[in-house]
Amino acid sequence: MTALLELNDLTRRFGGVTAVDGVSLTMEEGEIYGLIGPNGAGKTTLFNLISGAMPPNRGWVRVLGEDVTGLPPYRVVERGLARTHQIVKPLNDMTVLDNVTVGGCFGRRKLSLKEAARRGRTILEAVGLDDRAETLAGHLTIAGKKRLEVARALAGEPRLLLLDEVLAGLNPTEVQRMIEVIRRIREEQGVGILIIEHLMQAIMSLSDRLMVLNFGAPLAEGTPEQVANDERVVEAYLGDPDMAEKLMAES
Amino acid sequence: MVAIVAAFAVVPLLGGIGLRESLMLGAVYMILALNLNLMIGYTGYVNFGSIVFFGLGGMVGIYTITNWGWPLWAAMAGAAVVVAVLALLLGLGILRLRGAYFALATIGVVEATKAFVANFGLFGGSTGMYINFTAYQPLGGPRQALWVLYFVAVGLLAASLLASYLIKRSRFGLGLFAIREDEDAAMVLGVKAPLYKAIIYSASSILPAMAGVVYFFKNGVIQPDQAFDLTLSIEAIVMMMLGGQATVFGAALGGFAYEQFRGYLLTASAFSSFHLVIAGALLLAIVLFAPGGLVGWLHERWPATRRIFE
Repeated sequence: MTALLELNDLTRRFGGVTAVDGVSLTMEEGEIYGLIGPNGAGKTTLFNLISGAMPPNRGWVRVLGEDVTGLPPYRVVERGLARTHQIVKPLNDMTVLDNVTVGGCFGRRKLSLKEAARRGRTILEAVGLDDRAETLAGHLTIAGKKRLEVARALAGEPRLLLLDEVLAGLNPTEVQRMIEVIRRIREEQGVGILIIEHLMQAIMSLSDRLMVLNFGAPLAEGTPEQVANDERVVEAYLGDPDMAEKLMAES
Repeated sequence: MVAIVAAFAVVPLLGGIGLRESLMLGAVYMILALNLNLMIGYTGYVNFGSIVFFGLGGMVGIYTITNWGWPLWAAMAGAAVVVAVLALLLGLGILRLRGAYFALATIGVVEATKAFVANFGLFGGSTGMYINFTAYQPLGGPRQALWVLYFVAVGLLAASLLASYLIKRSRFGLGLFAIREDEDAAMVLGVKAPLYKAIIYSASSILPAMAGVVYFFKNGVIQPDQAFDLTLSIEAIVMMMLGGQATVFGAALGGFAYEQFRGYLLTASAFSSFHLVIAGALLLAIVLFAPGGLVGWLHERWPATRRIFE
């Protein structure tokens, strides 16, 4: 079976700083893979390299066995990838439904306008934005915009979804709701999800496997238990030696 | 939309030649504003150089008429093809620039084209080209030709309205709007932005190029200074902003209203050399107080009108 996503020795430098430093990982279809690490560890840069927003200096990216290294974003989308942005990028002067329709029209399946709008309504319902379909995207709350990011990415029917801090800035109820949405996406559509998150409790309970990045390089990889008990991870990121037990107890 | 075209077709038959001349100029302005709207209103790229399409179309068309004896329709088709291909190639290059840099580049395009044509012997250099009276014979003589040209211009106006409407309602148009709102986000959603931008830049050149042939054929002369008049290029932006960018009805209304307004200022003795000052002040006022133009203001005031004035 071909892997959903393969990264090999992926590296990106900005001047003298190596933002992403030799990252390799393999994700299977339908897997939820967590990416954690301190601020500035290179998580979002890694997303940019995978989605084609910028080319790597070294290494390659394969999606479902096809090399997409250095391709522009709209070509990577055709291979089955969709992503959200940490700093939300709604198409402000367009309605929520039109935003999602763009995702459907130009995503992996290249739906017709009519089909994309129909699918858009279904997805808005799934993420709980159906009552805002005709609102301008710029008028949504921050939680609404985050949900719109997810809806828009899903509209293209991706095989691989990159979620960049979709829980940050949401209140506990909204967090719970978003987690349910993420779980449902995987269960109902078998979409593989690579997720960046700072909410430890949430990512520990969601992920099948995790990678911890520190200064651009992988620090540890494994199941949530393995990672949370890793000494280096505790030292570099979690800070508290008892954190692992607390997290496991909560999730 | 049908009503606008019908009014243009019928009114001059009743009103006579003076009215026809005014409406002819109005139709040309509306064509310029509508096609400019495809770039600025739909795609979010400010093109200060839209007049190049009009002028170059005129140059190419008049050349084929005076030197090769082509009929009007063939000259229009030829001008459209030449200008569209040039625009596509140019667009693939300068559309790599964004925001103010793109806008500056488009001014450069106007000035460079004007200087090139003025020093280019083929199009008659800086004195331009004059059309011989015999060229009007196939249209039934000079007097009747003016009527024929008027109705051709109205046809081009109808085509501009239709194209604007169809693009707005299409998948392609949705992609353009996405580029306008956030080009990077649009590309991540799968919109092939470089290709889309080049296509719309080229598409927005076709009808103005044909209008250029008609307009200068009617005038009987084409000179680089009039053909590549940066002022008219900027006035086209005022028209589009006045009516309401990104809306079909707004761009058309703006083109027409501005022509009437300009005609009034030019003939009223108090303002005679002042119309550009007032156009500038008008643009400033629109940008500051009603960025959506007349139609945008209507939409905000009465949201129900969104469905009527697209």
